[in-house]
Amino acid sequence: MDWFLANSGQVFTLAGQHLALAVLPMVFGLLISIPLAQVARQSKALRSVVVTASSLLYTIPSLALFIILPTIIGTRILDPLNVVVALTIYAVALLVRAALDAFDSVDEDLRQAAVAMGFKPVARFLQIDLPLSLPVMFAGLRVVSVSNISLVSVAALLGIGNLGMLFTSGLQRDFVTEVVVGIIAILILALLMDAVLVLLERLLTPWTRAGAAPGAVAARPHAGSGASPEKTGPAAAAMRLSDAQAGGGGA
Amino acid sequence: MAEAMIEFQSVTKRYQGGQPAVDDLTMSIDQGAITVFVGPSGCGKTTSLRMINRMVEPTSGTITVGGEDVTSVPAARLRRSMGYVMQSSGLMPHRSVLDNIATVPRLNGVSRTDARRRAQELLEVVGLAPSLGKRYPSQLSGGQQQRVGVARALAADPPVLLMDEPFSAVDPVVRDELQKELLRLQRDLAKTIVFVTHDIDEATVLGDKVAVFGVGGKLAQYAAPEEILRAPANDFVASFVGRDRGFRHLAFSPSDGVTIHEVSTLTPAELEHDGGPPDGNWNDGWKLVVDAGRRPLGWAGPGRATGAGPVMVPGGSLFRKGETLRRALDAALSSPSGLGVAVDAEGRVAGVIQAAEVLAVIEAGRRVRQGAL
Repeated sequence: MDWFLANSGQVFTLAGQHLALAVLPMVFGLLISIPLAQVARQSKALRSVVVTASSLLYTIPSLALFIILPTIIGTRILDPLNVVVALTIYAVALLVRAALDAFDSVDEDLRQAAVAMGFKPVARFLQIDLPLSLPVMFAGLRVVSVSNISLVSVAALLGIGNLGMLFTSGLQRDFVTEVVVGIIAILILALLMDAVLVLLERLLTPWTRAGAAPGAVAARPHAGSGASPEKTGPAAAAMRLSDAQAGGGGA
Repeated sequence: MAEAMIEFQSVTKRYQGGQPAVDDLTMSIDQGAITVFVGPSGCGKTTSLRMINRMVEPTSGTITVGGEDVTSVPAARLRRSMGYVMQSSGLMPHRSVLDNIATVPRLNGVSRTDARRRAQELLEVVGLAPSLGKRYPSQLSGGQQQRVGVARALAADPPVLLMDEPFSAVDPVVRDELQKELLRLQRDLAKTIVFVTHDIDEATVLGDKVAVFGVGGKLAQYAAPEEILRAPANDFVASFVGRDRGFRHLAFSPSDGVTIHEVSTLTPAELEHDGGPPDGNWNDGWKLVVDAGRRPLGWAGPGRATGAGPVMVPGGSLFRKGETLRRALDAALSSPSGLGVAVDAEGRVAGVIQAAEVLAVIEAGRRVRQGAL
């Protein structure tokens, strides 16, 4: 604890660097994965190519990637850009799959309805496919967030500033406290990121929490009946009331 | 004769290598009327509907709407000029009911405020409480969702409405309600409606004209529903319409010849004291219990004098004067007394009708038709 208090400034700086190295690839990964997933949806063949290729990307060892990248993209070995590019590749590997699942989760009938109403493809994508794919997309983002935050620490082996440096320096000096602080700091960072993502999802998808009235669920033959019987009482009564209102207005 | 709004000219749709889904369809759809496409699954009725707004492109032939070839306008603009209602309401779950209804006006560039104001009006037009506008679709019942679907289709005030099995997924009671609502709306709006269903009952209730599609995408018969029930064009139509088409046909026969008899009535208070008029008249001891406004409440059975105390049996369906023979027969057959209760326009008891007499009128009508042939 004393060590942490004495070095808190340094820990926070490293945490900030760590966060930037984890978040930037996530954003870039998302920007690359969404169009890639859209392309993959065009045909079965494209889909299997994209899915297989993205899975293969994830099998590349991270340390190897950190070392090879500079020779490919012409950066210095200590350039943080290497980490950003490498982690973007991993993010794409995970997010293409997630984005495909997310777009698949959008009801095909709804797409048909949108076409029938006269949506053009771009407007349909932005106003229907994208917002409705958010819940599944966020599930993928949360995986990537945790994966990135843990992978960033590997870059410390190359001397690129992040919380992983607490491991390398702790090991070199045989100083356990520093390693423990590093673990805890990374854990807190991962939890914080997850919390931010959950919050963001809640803000962006208010409709998913609009409690479906049990009557409404029952009226849809293909919808599963998730409501427990003891919960249906008052809400079901409210439905009947509003149905009566509806009938009254029509008479 | 009504003017044609939509015309199919030798339209064929053939999916890769398969049998035609729609085979050489030529028909014209009247302006301001409800035309129902009906048939078993795989008969091409939905495909035909979807070719009108180019959700499906025909393999050959042309379709015109208002005299204009549908391929002469960009698909998106064509579709915005036609309301579309489908089976699963197709509402956008992430938008409020109001914003769902406002969709097409918004696509057409109407401001959000104006589009929402129009949407609010439409909620009432389709018989929904204004307060439902702020809810999400998942918070509505299936029937309410379909009403919203209809409101959305009407939002841009299109001359044509395409409805693809819009009421098939709701329960029969709600379906009946929605059908009546659609007919009421249509009286005010007079849209050109093309309605797809697999339910011949729905077709005959809603359609000004009914097109029966056969297997292989061929149009088997296209006529007024009454004619399809009375004179099916071939064995396929006859079997599709079903064995009870005779009974269904009664829904198109006027009940003019049915005599309405007087009935002895009593109020619930009189029933309590059993002080009504003496028994022994033609209605076999059954008396009709009515409220102060002479609206029917139920039947008092002949057994009420046996000391078992006053008993009121709920009545059957009501026959409103001027309704069809089908209603008359149903009222007579569903009544516990064997007497159908006839009411006037205000719902007051006008008298009773007897099943035997209704049947006699039906029989007389049949003989007249046969004599005419």
